[in-house]
Amino acid sequence: MKNLLRILFVMLLARPVVRLWLGVTVRHQERLPDRGPAIVIANHNSHLDILALYSLFPLGLIPRVRPAAAADYFLKNRWMAWFATNVVGIIPVVRGGMRRDPLADCREALHNGDILVLFPEGTRGEPEALSDIKSGIWYLLRDFPDIPVVPVYLHGLGRAMGRGQWLPVPFFVDIAIGRSLQHLDSKEAFCALIRDTLLQLKQKTLPAAPHPDSH
Amino acid sequence: MFKLLLPPPLLWALGGVFLLLVLASITIRLLETRKPEKNWLELKLRIKTWWWIVGCFSLTILGNIPIALVVFALISFLALKEYLTLCATRTADHVVLFWAYLSIPLQYYWLGIHWYGMFIIFIPVYIFLFLPMRMVLIGETQGFLKAAASLQWGLMISVFCLSHMAAVLTLPQLTGIGVPEQGAMMLFYLVTLTQLNDVAQYLWGKSFGKRKIAPKVSPNKTLEGFVGGVLTTGFLGWLLGPLLTPFSPLHATLAGLLIGTMGFIGDIVISAVKRDIGVKDSGRLLPGHGGILDRLDSLTYTAPLFFHYVHYLYF
Repeated sequence: MKNLLRILFVMLLARPVVRLWLGVTVRHQERLPDRGPAIVIANHNSHLDILALYSLFPLGLIPRVRPAAAADYFLKNRWMAWFATNVVGIIPVVRGGMRRDPLADCREALHNGDILVLFPEGTRGEPEALSDIKSGIWYLLRDFPDIPVVPVYLHGLGRAMGRGQWLPVPFFVDIAIGRSLQHLDSKEAFCALIRDTLLQLKQKTLPAAPHPDSH
Repeated sequence: MFKLLLPPPLLWALGGVFLLLVLASITIRLLETRKPEKNWLELKLRIKTWWWIVGCFSLTILGNIPIALVVFALISFLALKEYLTLCATRTADHVVLFWAYLSIPLQYYWLGIHWYGMFIIFIPVYIFLFLPMRMVLIGETQGFLKAAASLQWGLMISVFCLSHMAAVLTLPQLTGIGVPEQGAMMLFYLVTLTQLNDVAQYLWGKSFGKRKIAPKVSPNKTLEGFVGGVLTTGFLGWLLGPLLTPFSPLHATLAGLLIGTMGFIGDIVISAVKRDIGVKDSGRLLPGHGGILDRLDSLTYTAPLFFHYVHYLYF
């Protein structure tokens, strides 16, 4: 039942919004993991980000794709909590929690062979500006050093529906998918690697400049 | 309700276009087997996309006006989306952009109910006045003029100007003069001549081009290409006129020359916009061509001007 809801959500909402209303160009779709356990990391500017990522996966794989999202935001009230966990299928992460490991549910998902979606900036921030990379992903990867970490850069979604906006306005969206990242022993180096990779991918989503001597 | 009975001249003309496409597809296959060492991908993509363009365009002249209006509204939607994606918009104007998009279904609805008076002033008057009002209610004055002007310009080009293709199609219904089939035939005449003009100017320029005509905007455009293209289009206008339009031979030739010159102007105006923004293509929607505005640039000028030319002389 839960799986059906999630597939319907992607089929009837995520895909039409992302592919028809917005319109999307994807570079290197084949680099996306086709089975779990795997981690997909992406920059974060909009609630539409998760819709865009969902629309990249085949419907059959959707029940396996689990985005980690802030519990304090998405579990605010009963209706939103029901929608976020059953229809969107988020894994709630408690930010700044002291009592238990905030990433326990993420670990469990990876053990179950799911594809975990993380936004390592932690929050949506300003459109097209990359915030600092949080180190949670590095701690998570210590226990799963061998699983692929696929970086994805999403361009244009912050403009379509940024922070504080509730109406998706049509803009073309460009998505660039990178090669899987290697885990590094140094936390700082790994966060820097993520940041550099995302910035590199960002360059690929920008339109080509004109040749000086052509039309 | 849904009639597929095209008037014979249109059937022949459309058949001719499909024949041209089949020939192009066969030629590229042959070239690929003859010279596999060369890279034919760009040209192959271009021809494949042409099939899509011709297929979508055919939907508009089959005789069902509601379907045609929906197709044209989608074309305007894609063109405006491409334009707004390129141009710098302000975060504060989020809702205003939404209103701007809403003008598209209305603009085509006026044609659907044959209300010419509203169609012709809706965007230049009502939307022109409404959007700044909505913007000023939000209250952000930083960059106000630039944001308002860019948005208005995009709406004029991608909604108002392009909607004149649909106006040509519905001209007999709008004015109550002539028979509905004439609209489809004149639309075909307009679009085919505009596209052939692009090709003719390119070929003349490639073969005989010497003197640059707009070096800063479009370094590849030459005077020879322009003159050769315009004369070719004038000739084609004269040739196709008796088949597809009620024009006298003189008026048909003049229509061809008008489409030739104004197609060129539309092309370089959009080029200037792309240069200003600093992009090579307006988008990636049409593989091998670039964006939808790259393909429709000439039509933004030829459609409204051809519409008024026909409206004044015959309808």
